[in-house]
Parts: sequence; C-alpha cells; structure tokens
Amino acid sequence: MPKLTIDGKEIEVPGGLTVLQACELAGVEIPRFCYHERLSVAGNCRMCLVEMGQAPKPIASCAMPAGDGMVIRTDTPVVKKARQGVMEFLLINHPLDCPICDQGGECDLQDQAMAFGVDHSRYQENKRAVPEKYMGPLIKTIMTRCIHCTRCIRFATEIAGVEEMGALNRGGHVEITTLEKAIDSELSGNLIDVCPVGALTSRPYAFTARSWELRKTNSVDALDAVGSNIRVDARGREVMRVLPRLHEDVNEEWISDKTRYACDGLARQRLDRPYLRKDGRLRPVSWDEAFRAIAARLDGLDGGKIAALAGDLCDAESMLALKDLMAALGSPHLDCRQDGAKIGAKIGGAGPRAGYLFNTTIAGIERADAALLVGTNPRHEATLVNARLRKRFLMGGFRVGLIGAPCDLSYPVDTLGAGPETLSELAAGTGAFAEVLTAAERPMIVLGMAALARPDGAAVLHLARALAEKFGMIGEDWNGFNLLHGAAARVGGLDLGFLPGDGGRDRDGILDGVHGGDIEVVYLLGADEIDMARLGPNAQEGAFVIYQGHHGDAGAHRADVILPGAAYTEKNGTYVNTEGRVQLGRLAVSPPGEARADWTILRALSEVVGQRLPYDDLGALRQRLVAVNPVFAAVDRVEAAPWGEFGEQGKLDGAPFGVAVENYYMTDPISRASETMASCAEVFGSGRAGEATGTDG
Amino acid sequence: MLRDQDRVFTNLYGQDDWRLRAALGRGVWDGTKGMIALGRDGIVQVIKDSELRGRGGAGFPAGLKWSFMPKESDGRPRYLIVNADESEPGTCKDREILRNDPHRLLEGCLVAGFAMGASACYIYVRGEFYREAERLSQAIEEAYEAGLIGKDACKSGYDYDIHVHRGAGAYICGEETALLESLEGKKGQPRLKPPFPAAMGLYGCPSTINNVETIAVAPEILRRGAAWWAGLGRPKNTGTKIFSLSGHVERPCTVEAVMGIPLKELIETHAGGVRGGWDNLLAVIPGGSSVPLLPKSICDSVLMDFDSLREVKSGLGTAAVIVMDKSTDVVAAIANLSHFYMHESCGQCTPCREGTGWMWRVMTRMVEGRAGVAEIDSLLDVTYQVEGHTICALGDAAAWPIQGLIRHFRPELERRIIDYKTSGAPAGASQAGASQAAAE
Amino acid sequence: MKVTSYRAGEAGDFAFTEDNAKRAAAAVTHYPEGRQASAVMALLDLAQRQNDGWLSPEAIEYVANTLEMAPIRVYEVASFYSMYNTKPVGRHLVQVCRTTPCWLRGAAGLTDTCRDQLGIGLGETTGDGQFTLVEVECLGACANAPVVQIGDDYYEDLSPERLSALLGDLKAGKEIAAGSQTGRQSSMPDGGAVTLTELPERAPAEPGRAVPGPEFGDPVSPGPVSPSGEGA
Repeated sequence: MPKLTIDGKEIEVPGGLTVLQACELAGVEIPRFCYHERLSVAGNCRMCLVEMGQAPKPIASCAMPAGDGMVIRTDTPVVKKARQGVMEFLLINHPLDCPICDQGGECDLQDQAMAFGVDHSRYQENKRAVPEKYMGPLIKTIMTRCIHCTRCIRFATEIAGVEEMGALNRGGHVEITTLEKAIDSELSGNLIDVCPVGALTSRPYAFTARSWELRKTNSVDALDAVGSNIRVDARGREVMRVLPRLHEDVNEEWISDKTRYACDGLARQRLDRPYLRKDGRLRPVSWDEAFRAIAARLDGLDGGKIAALAGDLCDAESMLALKDLMAALGSPHLDCRQDGAKIGAKIGGAGPRAGYLFNTTIAGIERADAALLVGTNPRHEATLVNARLRKRFLMGGFRVGLIGAPCDLSYPVDTLGAGPETLSELAAGTGAFAEVLTAAERPMIVLGMAALARPDGAAVLHLARALAEKFGMIGEDWNGFNLLHGAAARVGGLDLGFLPGDGGRDRDGILDGVHGGDIEVVYLLGADEIDMARLGPNAQEGAFVIYQGHHGDAGAHRADVILPGAAYTEKNGTYVNTEGRVQLGRLAVSPPGEARADWTILRALSEVVGQRLPYDDLGALRQRLVAVNPVFAAVDRVEAAPWGEFGEQGKLDGAPFGVAVENYYMTDPISRASETMASCAEVFGSGRAGEATGTDG
Repeated sequence: MLRDQDRVFTNLYGQDDWRLRAALGRGVWDGTKGMIALGRDGIVQVIKDSELRGRGGAGFPAGLKWSFMPKESDGRPRYLIVNADESEPGTCKDREILRNDPHRLLEGCLVAGFAMGASACYIYVRGEFYREAERLSQAIEEAYEAGLIGKDACKSGYDYDIHVHRGAGAYICGEETALLESLEGKKGQPRLKPPFPAAMGLYGCPSTINNVETIAVAPEILRRGAAWWAGLGRPKNTGTKIFSLSGHVERPCTVEAVMGIPLKELIETHAGGVRGGWDNLLAVIPGGSSVPLLPKSICDSVLMDFDSLREVKSGLGTAAVIVMDKSTDVVAAIANLSHFYMHESCGQCTPCREGTGWMWRVMTRMVEGRAGVAEIDSLLDVTYQVEGHTICALGDAAAWPIQGLIRHFRPELERRIIDYKTSGAPAGASQAGASQAAAE
Repeated sequence: MKVTSYRAGEAGDFAFTEDNAKRAAAAVTHYPEGRQASAVMALLDLAQRQNDGWLSPEAIEYVANTLEMAPIRVYEVASFYSMYNTKPVGRHLVQVCRTTPCWLRGAAGLTDTCRDQLGIGLGETTGDGQFTLVEVECLGACANAPVVQIGDDYYEDLSPERLSALLGDLKAGKEIAAGSQTGRQSSMPDGGAVTLTELPERAPAEPGRAVPGPEFGDPVSPGPVSPSGEGA
C-alpha cells in the first residue's frame, strides 16, 4: 500500500495504481484525453502531466506507477502551464467547429479547454485539414477534429479484438484509418463513445439533436439476453439514440451495435392501433371492437383449444398477465420458447434454475480458466459476453474450445468438432481438450440455443450437465455450467413458468395442434420467430391468431386481431438476463398512437372476456410476480442457483449444431425494422466476415 | 594532440582492409577470450572505472547502464541492441566504424553482450546505410566462420549470436525505445518509461541499447585497462571521441581526438580551419543538430566534452560539429533543422506532433522577417511548451536549436522583422552577412 | 497465433519470386519463434525491390499474409518509414539530402540541378520513368556533404557540375561510381589524413588467448593495468 503526498495531502492507495488513479482517489481531478481506464496506457496526449518530487520534467501521471513516498503536485504553475500548452497544441489544428459538431455539449476537448486552457490562440498559420474516412454505416468521421489520442485504435484492437484500425504516416500527417473499410465489429459503436472529440460520431444520429435537448432515461436493453444497461435519449416521443450505462457485472461501459443502433426501428413499421381482419384484410378498429372480436371467438370455446406463445422481447409482467389469463381461460398450452429450445422441465415448470442460467455470471468469466463453447457463437448471440470472454483471454492462461459451426470470435479458439458426437467423446474424456478441462481449476461450458433448439436438445442438455460434473465445473463457489440465451424474455418466462401446464402443449405441440384442429385460438405475445405457416393460412383453415406486439412483423401479418403493444423503451417492465439477473426497463417515451403497455392490454382484455385479472396497477402485478417466483424481488442481484437434475437422457442426433443467429443485425421485429441495421446487414453480409478468416486456425 | 597509438579506430578512413584478416592485424579480436574470463562483474567494473560515457548523445555512463541489467536470470532471454541508426544531422562517425572497422564493433558486441548476460545482439543499422549493412553482415559471417561469435564464441564457452536489422528511414528510431518498437516490426514510436529497457525491452525482455562507438571502444578499454582510458581527456569526460566536422570548414572530415579538445583546435588542426579563417566564423553547432548553437565568442575557448558544453548551455551530443561561417543565413540554417524535426516527429504525442510543425512554420516566416517582434518571445514560449513535455527527447531536440538561435541571435531576428516591415520584402541572402554584426 | 480478428490481406497477383521467398524465410530466422513480425521491415524492403521500387497495396497485404500480421499493422509500418514508397517511382530514385550540414555546402543547388536537368519537380517522376526526384533529411554522411543517394548508393562531395555529370551518365545508361566524387577516401580530410600516420606495427591478434596477463595490456598504455582491468 504505497503512501503518496498529493498536493500536500498524504494518501495511502492500493498497490498497482498509477499516479493518475492515486490522484483521483485523493479527489484531485487530472485532465486527460488518451487515458481510458479500460484501455492500455498510451501516454500520448500529455494532458495529465503533473510534477513529481525532484523530477526535472513533469511526468505523465497516467503512465507512472504510484510509488511509496512519492510527492506529487498538480497545482503548481509548471503543471498549469503544461496543461495550457497541451491544450493550445491540441487546438491549433482543431477546426473549432463546435456549433456544427455533434459532440458539442458532451465533448472532452470543449470541457477541458474551458477548464484548463486559455481563451485565445497564438497560432497564426494555416490549419491542417484531414480527409474524412469511411468506417461503415455506423460511424461518421470528421478527421480534422481528431486529436490522435489513439483510444479508437486501442479499443478496436484490445476490447473489440478487431485489428482493422490504425494510424498511418507520422508527425503532423498521422491519420487514423480503417483503410476505407467498415470496421467489422459488433462493438464498433463504442468507438464513438471512446472518442473524446467529435472525430468519430454516430452516423445515424448525425445532425438530429443536441445533447442538451434530450430527455435521458436509464433502462435496460431487450434486444439480446445480456441485459446491457442503457440510457435512452429521447426528444418528444422519439428515441433519438441509445447509449451504454456503466454496469461492471454486465456490460461494463460498452454496448453492442444492435443495442445502440437498432433504435431507429422503434419508429418504423409500428402497430399504433388495433386491427381486425375482416374479409381477409386487416382493418383498423377501436380497442373495444378488437376486444369484442376476441371475446366472441373465445365465447364457449374450451380452454384446451386455446394456446399462447410469448416472444423474445416480452417483459415479465405481460407474460405473467397472459399466463394468468390463460389459466383463467382453462388453457395449459403455454410456451415462451418460440425457438423450441428443450430447456425447462417437460411438464410442471422450469426445473432447477441452474439448468437454464448462465451460472458463471458474465463477470465470473474473468475467474474461469478454460471454456468449452457448444453450439454457440457468442459474438453474435451475446456480444458483450463474447467481449468478456475476450477480456479473459487477454488476461492469459485461457483456452477456449468450440463444438459447433466454426466462427471468428476475435480470440483463438480450438474447433473441436461440429456436433453432439464430439460432445459425447469429450464427455467420455477423450481428446486433447479433455486434458485442458481436467487441468483447469475453474472450467466452464457455454451451451448455445443452437445446441438445444433441436429434437435432441434435452439429451444434449443432459450430456452437457454430465460433462460439467465430470470435469468439476460444479463446485462450492464455482458453477461453470452456462446456457447462453439470445432472447431477453426467455429467462423471465422460464422463471415465471410461461411453460406448458398439466397436460399442456409446448411450441411444437401447439403448432401441431393447430394443424390437427385441437388448437383453435393462438395468442402470440410478441412472438414473431415461429413458422407462421404452421398456424394455417387463415382463421378458417387454421387458428384464430391474436397478435399483441409493437411491430408489423411476421406475427402481425398472420394475425386476425392485432393489439398494439409497447416496445421496450415505451413501458416499465422487468427483464431477467441470461445470468438470471432481474433488471427493470423504464419508460422513456410513450407508445405511439393507441398502443398501450402490454400488461394493461391483457388486463383490459381479461375484463372483456369475463376473466378479470386481479391487479389494477403495476405494483400489484409485480407483487404477484414475486409471489409466483421470489427471484423477481431480487432486482440486480444474482444469487447462485441450486444445482439439480435437468435434461433428459436420450438418443443424440448426428447432425451438427446449427447457427442460432443467422444475421446478427436482424434478429427481432425492432432490428428488422431498422434502416441502420439493414444497411449493416448489407455491408457486412448476413453471415458476417470471419467464418473464413477466423482465429480458429 | 592525441597520439596515434592511443587511437582506437585505427582504420577510420578505410586505409586498411575492413576484413577479418586485416582487422586481426590491427589488434582487433586480440585476447577476447581473456576479456570474457574477467566475468560479467569484472568487465562492468573496468568500464565503470574507465568513466566511459555513452557516445550516442546523452552521455550516460556506460558501465552503470550495463549494470542495470538484472543480476539473476528469470528465464527470459536478454538482448544487447546496438544503435547504428545514425541520423542526427551532422553525425557520420558510426558509418565509418560500420564500413571500415566492423570487427571492432563485433568484438564489442560480444564482450558487452557477455557483460550483461545477453544471448543475442541486434545491430540496428539505418536503412539508408545499405552498403554499410551489407559489409557489416559480411563481417558477421566472417566472425561466425572464425568461431569468434556463435556457439562457444572465441572458445569461451559462451554462445552468442549477432544479427543485423535494417531500418527504413526514420530518425526517431535512434531513440532507444522507438528502436525497440521498430525492431519488433512496428512503427518507431517511443515507449513510455518506466518500464525501462533493462527491465522490459525487446520482446518484453531485459535489453540494453548502446551506440556503435560506445560498444566499439569497449574491447580496447578492456585490453588496455581502465586507467589508460581514464587518463585521456578530463575527469568524467574521458577517453577518445570521433568527431564529425562538417559545414563551412576547409576540409570536412571525421577524426578521433581526445575528449575535451578545444573546439578551435579541433577545427583548425583537423579540418583545416574555418572557411576564410577563424574570424570568419559565425557559429558552431557542436554536437549534432539537437544541441543549441554557439556563437563565435564561445567557440573561441570552449572545450569539446559533455560537461564543458553543458556549461555553455549546449551539449556534446554526438560530437558532430557543424560549422557556419559569416556567409550563413543562420536563421535559415536553424529553420532547416526545424523542418527536419517536423519531418521526423513520430506523431505520437501532442506537443511534438503539433509543436514541431508550428515552430517550423514560424521559423520560415522568421527567415523572411515576416512576423511581429513579439512573436520571437511567443516562439520561444512554444519551444518551452514542447521541451520537457514529450514522451521522448525529440521534442527537446526540436526546441533547443531555436532556443539557441534566439539566445544568441535575437538582434538578427529583430532586424529581419523590422526590415520586412519597412521594405515590405523578405530578408534576402544579401542581408545574411548582417548575421555577423548581430552575433558579435 | 492470431489473437485478434481481421480480414486477410488481399495480395492480388503479388507473390515473392522464389529467390525472394528464400530471402524472406531467411530474414524471419533472425528473430525468435513467434516474433516473425520483426521481419516486416526486411520483407517490405524485399517486396519493394521486387515491385520496381514501390509498395503497392497488394505487396503490403502479401507481406501481411506472409508474416501473419493484420494488414493495417503493415500499412502503418509502410507509411511510417520514409524509405518505403507507397507510390510508383522511377528507375533511379534521386534523393537529395536537404538538411543543414548538406545545405550549408550547397544542397539547394543540387536540387536545382536535378530539377533543371531532369525537368521535374520534387516528388515527380520523369515521363520516361527513369528518374524520381525527392529531397530527404540527413543521410548521415555530413563530412562528405553535399550528398545525394541514388538507389542504394551515396554520391558524396558533390557540386552542381559533378551531379550534373552523374545524371548525364545515368541518362546515357552508363555505370556511375559511388562514393566521393572528388576522389577522397571515406571521410578523410581532403589532401590527406592528419591522424593515423604513425601507427605502430603490432603482432596479429589472438582471439582465443585465454589467460589475461601482463601481455594483455597494450605496450603503449600509459599506466599499468591489472588483469581485472583496474587501472592504477
């Protein structure tokens, strides 16, 4: 514990800190541009210079290890002059075009120039102009503003693991570039956050708003099962942008490009009023008419002929309301696994929670020393989980094996095989990777939905469970067994039991039931990823389909009644991420038109069909949620889930594991409606780069 | 004058052959095994006692530097890196060693490398020295064939490899950590220190970087003893030194002379004097472009060693003496150097990247007088804003020549500005002669 | 081992000749296992020589692939060092040293000579593709100033007339002799060496001499020397 004197004040700091960090602990602000706590130290901006003891020159505090007995001064004329000097240098070739700069108002250069600079420049020469660079559909560049801090290069290389950004030339001619290629990373949007100036800004957001006009709402993302913490910036009723919010255990301070950039999809293809299919065509109707049409169809119908499927973006409250309504109507046919994943018990709830969670936790990945990925491409299914795996790789001593479709995860991976056969062999202890797992103290396995959403999914799950036990993945303070979900709604749905009840049918049972005429009414709560053809062409030759959701996607196209719901930014809702972490999404803007928060729609409908749900406000509904499963009370707390029996011994299929996410940029109704995501899909191709140029070799 | 028998570089001009056979005849590789028998500590002690200071510019005590290498091995290999990226304007001494006496360098590589426990040595030769690198490589081949290096070098039981690594045109790679980056296949951008190379150098391994001349003189010091070297020159400024004499002298040359030789004697004895006689001298840059120039008044009496030149606010640097006679447009001469530093800035850190360009632009106006008188102080202030605030010493090196110019030639700068204001025309070469009045 | 993700280089038709492939493989052997990136400068040089004196994007990306480096890292190197030409150059790359020591001895006149005689400006190439003219910073041959580097060789102690003659010979397809154009040896002072005129004869060296002893010290040494090297 080194003891330093900073501006005359003694302070003891933990070992391994830099002088800059020690100053922060001492409450002394050190200006900086290139320094970023999550990136390697570059020490190039020279803004953080301080005086150290007898050193003849000021030192870069970001790079100097804090040592015992150091005397640091940050308040001397030398330091003040040094900062003014660096500020002046940074500004001589900066265009000072703040009035037309999207970074204006949230710019480090602006802020620090105000705090540490002088009010005029002595520079009389011509300024440098740097040509713009193309970096893809997400990032707009105005390179004349660049101050060459290299944060972007370090972020791309270190965190994103994509070595496609660099600085060409030297001296005053240095230019940051991606060689005119779109930067091939699902984390690329974070580059605009790490850029301390307006050189890299958001292309879709360009010139749309000023930061001070925006209403900022803290929320969570629902476009994958990571539960990234976000801030939704809105103006009026429009979401203008989505930014990351710090959560060390989940997304740190990053978000994926889909999380950030799909938000333009919130304003397109929206269902903003109820519709009713009449004479084969969907026609706008009033809420009342829509409800009465449903009531009429349900009237006298046996509950056993009604079924419900919940989609991937649902909040827990609306799923519970639908579950309760289905129970009231006498239907046991519920499923929240629209991909058909064989997780959760066949009958009677979800089984032990450890059987469907990412038990290691995302932050826990940093403690693991070997990982086996099965049927998953975490880069596409849960970008931030992949970022954490890469972070762990960079810490050293971390081997990763993959069974499934080869993919480029941005760190070296041993591709062991393609399907269950390899998994069986490994579980039997054969192969080189078995030795890696045996030698590891805290090995982990990650099962993706591509391994489980298949006929033999339960058997794969069972086998994986056995493998986890065999290799000591389940211990006193370590659980290395993980399911990696892709759907934000999934764990919440499992937790609240949105699953077939006694004698109930699962997804395939329901869809087969429609075909066989056993199921007549299907309630789709935001479920768009099923094969709609299996619902029959229309209500006469198939099921009567009620679609409740926010986008005119696959479900709405097939629907007989459409009930317009709210997207994740338009309601207060509970989501449980893949780790089992309960988090609250918050209303940032109101739903468009006549659309309403989803649970209120179900509550209203319940009254019309004569099965009034017993909660009148969100508070009461949340009490009911906790009553159903106490985990919902533990907001943002992840507690170790008890281990138990799950999966089902059975015959394994020979088919290789498929790919859960075919097109990273188009996984749900919102991203499919997003023009930004469409342009990304076009630029990067649905398969994404990497499959051929992977790090697996 | 230094006696010929006290000179180390007896083939400085290539009068003799550079090959091994001839080098052996000049006493190179004599008793090398015996030097190794002195042991690591023994060698380092001799070098410390000799008070040999690094010949690359900074003048850091060589023995002390060698002693920074970790005493105990932690399993990592260690490297000696020889800095042959000779690029400091005015300096052309290492080139002569490389092409005319390469074996002297190789012998030094072996004993110095042994003294620091290195297993291999890389000699980083500036890319433009293509022929020199070629010759050095041939000398290395000869040395391998003769068993002088490689397995059981000189039959000492010590295994040692020497490699040549060619640069590709970047002055900054003469900065030791930029050189390491370059050697690792990256842009030559200096590293932050700490960690220092002795702890984390090439490939993260303990490394020591020395100038060619420093390494090349080491065997001779070991052969003849520390006292011999320490007996030459002045305390703390011992031994001999190769000086590069360029510019307005009658006979430009390189020459090995004793440390502390008076500048005037150096120029007059070895370079045939200043063009047009000593009184035609305007100024001298005594240690390569990075050090501040000296007006004639100081040149009259200054001694050429580290401490004497520091006392007159300049430096010995690489002992590259650039002489300017009274016909020189001294402002343009320094502006030329400002261009050099702007061109060679790696662009990594702010003050150097931005400051070198700024200083050069102002200097080009100063050459013409197209500036305000107050800008002289503002230029000086900019040099202080660069100096001491950068990652490496290139920032300082870019600042000092201008500081020297303003210190000694401010009236000349003012005169040009006033002339330009009154005549409305840039100061021409015809006015350059006025430099002399300003300097005196 | 690849520790990041990146697109493989697009080398197009560029590939090393058999000889250069051998040279490249040999260059890599100078560096420890896994440190093949250290050879990037050597390989870029080879590629440039093979590619008529300049590095095309294909050549750069080929080197990246050869050394298993991300192409951007090789572009960084190729753009950083001044000896890599990222645009085509003429057969003779004429590089006039412009820095102060050469400038003091008339470098500017040499540039003018080149401009006049070749009819091109700085950074330009003659229409016949024979010459490219550039100014470079200090070439490190200051005692032989002014200096011009053409290709791999230095031409020293130049004057406009001497340079003009060289250029004329080159244009005429004649061989030209490198080094000092006034005939002096290395950087010896013009008119003969002042030093190194009275070197003593010495016995041939014996590298393998094992025992440091009295004979270890040089007879001309002024003070007694002990085997440990501690001077008296």
